[in-house]
Amino acid sequence: MQELRDLARKLFQERKIDALLGYECDRRGVRPAFVKAADECDRLIFDQRCVHNLAAYLSPRRSHVVALGRLAVVIKSCDARAVAGLIRENQLKREDVVLIGVRCGGVVLNPDEPGELESRNTAPRCVGCEQREPALADHIVGEPKTAPAGNQDRDARLSEIESMNLDERLGLWVDLLSRCTRCHACRQVCPMCFCERCVADKTLPAWIESSPHSRGNFAWHLTRALHLAGRCVDCGECERACPAEIPLGLLNRKAARIVSARYGYTVTDDPSKPAPIGTYRLDDGQEFME
Amino acid sequence: MGFEPKIVAFVCNWCTYTGADLAGTSRIAMAPNVRIIRLPCTGRIDTLFILKAFERGADGVIVSGCHPADCHYTSGNYHARRRFAVFRELMEFVGIDPLRVTFSWVSASEGGKWAEVVNRATEQVRRLGPFETYPRAGRRVSYERRQDGENAKVRKEYL
Repeated sequence: MQELRDLARKLFQERKIDALLGYECDRRGVRPAFVKAADECDRLIFDQRCVHNLAAYLSPRRSHVVALGRLAVVIKSCDARAVAGLIRENQLKREDVVLIGVRCGGVVLNPDEPGELESRNTAPRCVGCEQREPALADHIVGEPKTAPAGNQDRDARLSEIESMNLDERLGLWVDLLSRCTRCHACRQVCPMCFCERCVADKTLPAWIESSPHSRGNFAWHLTRALHLAGRCVDCGECERACPAEIPLGLLNRKAARIVSARYGYTVTDDPSKPAPIGTYRLDDGQEFME
Repeated sequence: MGFEPKIVAFVCNWCTYTGADLAGTSRIAMAPNVRIIRLPCTGRIDTLFILKAFERGADGVIVSGCHPADCHYTSGNYHARRRFAVFRELMEFVGIDPLRVTFSWVSASEGGKWAEVVNRATEQVRRLGPFETYPRAGRRVSYERRQDGENAKVRKEYL
C-alpha cells in the first residue's frame, strides 16, 4: 500500500499527472477516490474490498473527469480489459492516461462485509482468474499474490437456464426483469457504455419504452446484452450496482459464450485485437439464414 | 375463422424488396400475411426493430436482404449476419422462440424464393400460434396496478 502511495506522490511531484483515480476507505467503507495533489496520496488504499472498476471514469462522456486533466488510474487486471476496450474503440488514447496496475489476488463479492478474503465471499468472477497483474499497466505495485481459492462453477446457473425449455425461460426472465425499475444504474456503472446519447434515452421514436414494465425491460436488457456482446469485460459492476439484484451478468456471459463459440473471441487486454461485432469474415456461419 | 398470423418483413431496398416486387409482377400466389417494411440495407436493421414489431403485436418477423458478396454497400449484410446470429441466440436464451424470426437472403431475381420464404414463415408462425406472451408481459403489470387502486385509469395499451 505504501508503494502505491509513494508512486502516486512521485507522479504528482514529477508533474506527470494532474489527478489520480484510486480507492480510499472512510467509515462508510471503500469507495473510489479522486486524488488531486501529492499531499493527499496517503488516502489511497488497495485491498480485497476494492471491487469497483475505475475504468468507467475514463469514458469521454464523464466530462467532469476529463476536466481534471491528465489522469492516472489504479487498475486490476480485470479493469485493464475495460481500459483496453476503450482504447480499442477510440474513446481513449493509451498515452493520455497513466495506468497503475495493482497485483490482485481476487476481490470480495460484497465490499461492505468485514473480514478477509475466503472462498466463501470471493467475487465469482475472480475464481479461475489467471491474471495477477495487468500487462497493460505502466507501473505495477503491490506484493505478489496467489490466485483466489474456491471452485464454484459460476456458469452452472447459465447452463441450467440453457437446459430449460422456451416457456420456462421466458417465464424466468419475465419474473427477473419485472423487478427492473429502469434506473439505468447498470448503464451508468458500465465502463463500456459510453454513448453520448443512449438509445434508451431516445424519445422520437422511443425504441425502448422508458416505463418500467417487462416489455420495455426486455427491449432494454436484450439491447444492452447485444451491445455488450464481445465487449463486456465481465467486471460484474452491473450486477453489483443493480438495486433490484437482477443477475444481469447471466445475459452478458451468455452473449460472451455465443461470441466465443461462433467467432472464437474472448475479451482481452490487448487493444489491437478487434472486437467481433463490427468486424466480419466472409465465411461466418449462417446456418440460421434461409 | 382460424388464426391468421401478422408477420412483419424488414427487407433491403436493393435485393429483397425488388425480389418481392418481382414476385408480385410475376403474379406468384403467396400468403397475404406479410407486411413489408423497406430499408436501405440489412445493415440498417437494428435488432430493436424486431423487438418493436413483437411489442406492437406481430406474431412473426422476416428479415431479408442481399446474398453475401451482393451488398449494395459492400459489407452491410456481413455485419448484419454477425449481429443477427448473436441476437438470435440471445433471444432464444430469454425464451423467445427463434422460429418466429426468419432470416433469409433473397436476391432481386428470386421472386419465387421470396414467395417460398413468405409461405414457410407464415406456416411456421401459424403453427406456433399468436405471440401473446411478449406484448402481454407489460399488460400484466398495469393490470396489477389497477387492482392496487394506484392507477384508477389503466394506461391505454397501444396494441
